[in-house]
Amino acid sequence: MQNLGINVLFEGTTLQRLFEGLMMTAGIAFISIIIGSFLGIGMGLLRTSKSRIVQFICRLYLEVFRIIPILVWLFIVYFGVTNALDIHLDGEVVAVIVFSLWGAAEMGDIVRGALESLPKHQVESGKAIGLSFWGLYRYVLIPQAVRRMLPGAINLSTRMVKTTSLVVMIGVIDVVKVGQQIIERSIIKVPTASFWVYGLIFILYFIICYPLSKLSKKLEAKWEN
Amino acid sequence: MKNIKKILAVFFSAIILVGIVAGCGSKATTDTKKEQAAKSSIEEIKQRGKIKIGVFSDKPPFGFVDANGKNQGFDVFIAKRFAKDLLGDESKVEFVLVEAASRVEFLQANKVDLILANFTVTDERKQKVDFANPYMKVALGVVSPSGAPITSVDQLKGKKLIVNKGTTAETFFTKNYPDIELLKYDQNTEAFEALKDKRGVALAHDNTLLFAWARENTGYTVGVASLGSLDTIAPAVKKGDKELLAWVNTELETLGKENFIHKAYDATLKPAYGESIDPETVVVEGGIVK
Repeated sequence: MQNLGINVLFEGTTLQRLFEGLMMTAGIAFISIIIGSFLGIGMGLLRTSKSRIVQFICRLYLEVFRIIPILVWLFIVYFGVTNALDIHLDGEVVAVIVFSLWGAAEMGDIVRGALESLPKHQVESGKAIGLSFWGLYRYVLIPQAVRRMLPGAINLSTRMVKTTSLVVMIGVIDVVKVGQQIIERSIIKVPTASFWVYGLIFILYFIICYPLSKLSKKLEAKWEN
Repeated sequence: MKNIKKILAVFFSAIILVGIVAGCGSKATTDTKKEQAAKSSIEEIKQRGKIKIGVFSDKPPFGFVDANGKNQGFDVFIAKRFAKDLLGDESKVEFVLVEAASRVEFLQANKVDLILANFTVTDERKQKVDFANPYMKVALGVVSPSGAPITSVDQLKGKKLIVNKGTTAETFFTKNYPDIELLKYDQNTEAFEALKDKRGVALAHDNTLLFAWARENTGYTVGVASLGSLDTIAPAVKKGDKELLAWVNTELETLGKENFIHKAYDATLKPAYGESIDPETVVVEGGIVK
């Protein structure tokens, strides 16, 4: 009777709904990763600033996002901020905002780490040959830092993809939630449904995350020399 | 050179500052909005042409999504009737899919007009939302494997009991039996899986849900059928929304005259519970518990 379990996946519009859920997961994750990366690079550059105030503010921003769980952030923004500002934001929009800000905080730390790990003589040599501030970063520091930050950045990206499953708490229907709906609907009649549904979800997450690791390997190899 | 860094610094500080100010400085607008909402909640719904009702999407037979992606279940059945009587068409309802742990927040933040998500009335929740009269009653039950049945709460001492976060079961056991170790899960799916994996000796939840589950999962029995005080399940509106609250109560009264909740029971709950459960143990007609 094992066949019965897998049939759950092909009933009605089940597969289509799982696919829609997957698009939601992937959409939120990738938009946030892109926004987060850009903001994060800015954050990283700021973190290397000499100004104590700038350092303090950036540090505070990072710690605030690191210490407060993402679930709490989702609640604060979805229920708290929208209510306080008297605006309506869809759950999807809130998810992108929260994940982007979180990505920016963590990415900022990765960029900072990469920049600070570069030997001091790189900066000094760059200055010695008369490069401007932007030139120094554009031709000397960033190309080297990007290679060093790549593993951390990819790790953060896959973590963001997986953390998106928290968005169900603010009413967004992602791939995991669709899976749970299917399992709950059929669990009484088809107890093995969970195996098949979670099995498929595993494969779907793999399809999203594996290209990221592949990409990072490729880039690392490309920048080897 | 240095200027660029400074500009960036100012820019980012500004973003953070705006965030902080926005977070604290807008109490005034909220208050005026509350008054408006209290004044004409039904007008607002009629203008919108749709009533937003919060239901479950994964708690059959109360609220779930069928194979074609349509909302179904006991709560959904009643919700559609509410929409029909308020707006003239049962399709004029927008189902917002809520989670057990965030039902109160959905109401407080105006994300829904009404919650019909198997919402048990408790004193603690009454402080945060306004409950209408009940349409269902429920007690806690404890389900366990037939091979090692738990028939009284005393048997649970020193053992692991599975509960759902944010449910009445969690509150009841935390308050009355602090020496029972609780395993807490967010989702029903996870909780029942945990019971099947024997991560706990039993699972406590609303007895109605357990009847349905035990009926279909052979090898499990509801050893404790009724525990704690009899609770009622009612629609909930945002705190202070007296107009909608009054409408729901009148509506329940009218529906009671035609035994509508019994019809809802026959259509949605009976197939799940079987003939052995007396509908009178579950259904509340006209908003009055007998």
